[in-house]
Amino acid sequence: MAYNLKEVVANKPSRFTSGHRMCAGCGAPPAARMIMRALKPEDHAVVAGATGCMEVSTFIYPYTAWTDSFIHTAFECAGATISGVEAAYHSMKKQGKLPQDGETKFIAFGGDGGTYDIGLQSLSGAMERRHDITYVCYDNGAYMNTGIQRSSATPKFADTTTSPAGKVIPGKAQPRKDLAKIMVGHHIPYVAQTIGYMNFKDLYEKAEKAIYTEGPAFLNVLAPCPRGWGYPTDMLMQINKLAVETCYWPLYEVVDGEYKITYKPAKKLPVEEFLKPQKRFRHMFKPGNEWMIEEFQKLVDERWQELLDLEEITNRNQ
Amino acid sequence: MGIRERLSGNEAAATAMRQINPDVVAAYPITPSTEIPQYFSTFVANGSVDSDFVAVESEHSAMSACIGAEAAGARAMTATSANGLSLMWEMIYIASSLRLPIVLSLVNRAVSGPLNIHNDHSDAMGVRDSGWIMLFSENNQEAYDNTLMAHRIAEHKDVRLPLMICQDGFITSHSIENIELVEDDKVKEFVGEYHPEHYLLNKEEPIAVGPLDVQSYLFEHKAQQAEAMINAKKVILEVAEDFEKMTGRKYGFFEEYKLDDAEVAIVCMNSTAGTTKFVVDNLREKGIKAGLLKLRVFRPFPVDEVAKALSHLKAMAILDKASSLNAAGGALYEDVLSAMYVNNIHVPAVNYVYGIGGRDTKADEIEQVYNDLLEIVKTGNIDNPYRYFGLRREAK
Amino acid sequence: MTEINGNTPMEKMTPGGDIYTAGNAREFKTGDWRSVKPIFLSEKCKQCGLCFPVCPDDAIPVNKETLQREDFNYDYCKGCGVCAKTCPFGAIEMRKEDE
Repeated sequence: MAYNLKEVVANKPSRFTSGHRMCAGCGAPPAARMIMRALKPEDHAVVAGATGCMEVSTFIYPYTAWTDSFIHTAFECAGATISGVEAAYHSMKKQGKLPQDGETKFIAFGGDGGTYDIGLQSLSGAMERRHDITYVCYDNGAYMNTGIQRSSATPKFADTTTSPAGKVIPGKAQPRKDLAKIMVGHHIPYVAQTIGYMNFKDLYEKAEKAIYTEGPAFLNVLAPCPRGWGYPTDMLMQINKLAVETCYWPLYEVVDGEYKITYKPAKKLPVEEFLKPQKRFRHMFKPGNEWMIEEFQKLVDERWQELLDLEEITNRNQ
Repeated sequence: MGIRERLSGNEAAATAMRQINPDVVAAYPITPSTEIPQYFSTFVANGSVDSDFVAVESEHSAMSACIGAEAAGARAMTATSANGLSLMWEMIYIASSLRLPIVLSLVNRAVSGPLNIHNDHSDAMGVRDSGWIMLFSENNQEAYDNTLMAHRIAEHKDVRLPLMICQDGFITSHSIENIELVEDDKVKEFVGEYHPEHYLLNKEEPIAVGPLDVQSYLFEHKAQQAEAMINAKKVILEVAEDFEKMTGRKYGFFEEYKLDDAEVAIVCMNSTAGTTKFVVDNLREKGIKAGLLKLRVFRPFPVDEVAKALSHLKAMAILDKASSLNAAGGALYEDVLSAMYVNNIHVPAVNYVYGIGGRDTKADEIEQVYNDLLEIVKTGNIDNPYRYFGLRREAK
Repeated sequence: MTEINGNTPMEKMTPGGDIYTAGNAREFKTGDWRSVKPIFLSEKCKQCGLCFPVCPDDAIPVNKETLQREDFNYDYCKGCGVCAKTCPFGAIEMRKEDE
């Protein structure tokens, strides 16, 4: 059935409730809630959370904002934890220890710190073992929960508390890791990069595919952080839009190894427009630092071209 | 009657796991426990168990997956040694805090560094206050028996704590000895089914596990764990009683070997107890009143029972197969001494650190410990309570 | 689960910190975090739906029958203003909390 935002919001239950304690204007809850809405209302889910903003704000004893079962163990092991839950389901269902009707789905949420960095091994193991899970990285480009330290998802030049823009070093010295492609390297059936954009169609449809694809699936979702990125709290959707329209955050999916770019801007905006509203890139706009913006643009262009090439190469034989 | 077999300690542990037939086993290879997941994955491959075997990419993930599985409502088991347990350390605490009765077979080995794959107890001692029940095993029979009793203890509603069964790496794990196995159907009946009250996979009652536990709550949750550890004492004895009814083999918190009339005694754990029994027998033949307290239940520590059992001695030696590197005594020594102190019992006591990194523990060294104790009884002097045996030193 | 609070004795607390009432965070009101408040100007609203999914706090109720939005749920709205900035029709206005 074609996506209808109003029907989805009105008729599919919110499985990520109000009363959580993430910051005002945080980009993660709208994305997580829409992903959870992609579940069929009759299906049960077990959600695993890596330690991070989302986990500590949605499950503070004695309150949980998840209407499904939820488990948090530690920072680096959401992948392994959800593997164990899924293995238990597989084993117990096979043995007739669980009701045979109805489905249970397994979804893990981790921030970029818990996914790109400390949790990468656990995630890689879970994907390689082919558990029937969906791992969602809500990528806000730094360790926001501990106070904005750089991660391997932090873009080049970003000013963070451990990659400060100083007199000698202009913010983070290295470009960001491309996690979605690392996941593609696991030859899993579904990998996608998405964002809460416009009417959330891209996010919803990719979440639905990820959850209902048999085997492991990975979603990388950009989740802006007004505090860490230094933009006005109300600008979430404008930032999301600029991330997409500048091709800083391309929307694509990889189904059984075949790349498909799900949104190609008619007119690619200069990346400057994405960088400008964010204080973490403020130093790039000082006179004499034009080279930084040029270099950033070059990185974005290269990655975008690479994606266009991959789309062409992987679809050539059709 | 049971089934007579010849098995190594690892085979014994794996056989018990096969008979228990847990829902999930998640494990990672590490010497000397590697054989356990090897045997177990063969059981899975041959369909002799219903379990899912999760071949994780690290011990950290092994324990994480066990936590996930157990919270989901399954019985989860694993095995490891030394650095594997070190890598699990974070999750070891989380498993017990979430009150998940996971069962782990710990084949004791020296924790690096420097790297050494042989036996001592430094791995177990590193997690001694992590909220796990810890049972020690003298030989393959005890490793097997302790494993059969594990779930009944760990899953009891007044306990709900994870449990590890320790056996000595190589010395027990790789030595083939006679063993008496319990028939599969009897094990199944003894262990019973696992029906947790709340679990993740119950879609009728979704639950949340592993909260952020702020200042108002963590203290109380920790105190609940401490209370569960106290409750475990009673349950351990009840389960042992049922086990005795089934097998005729008797287990308590510890074994007292020729202890009741002893004047000097050794306190130790695991395979060293076997060597010590041999020495005690020899000394007894010479008319020396030597005895042994072999501790089985290290956590919960049976404070009053240990103190009472040792109260009549004229001198005792506590053997620690792990260096505590604290300028004071080993872990077992400190626990025994504090048990004596709170029970207002004074027995002259010395500590020996021994067997580190797989150093052989010889009968004549154990005999020398008894001789040292006799000397203490004679002179009343303990010039240095913190001692070693089996260590090379320059002659003084 | 609501009966558990900072005065609850340990005997009455759930073992391991498990919670058996999924979704009970709804009992925790976050409306008092707000310093600015969104005002719904229904006459300007075209019911396009773009504000429905953007609220981080799920504080925009949508009627199941009519598929139309209703007034804000101020019990949870933290006043971030994302909805107001998203609305193409100026149907949400941010005002100081005490105005």
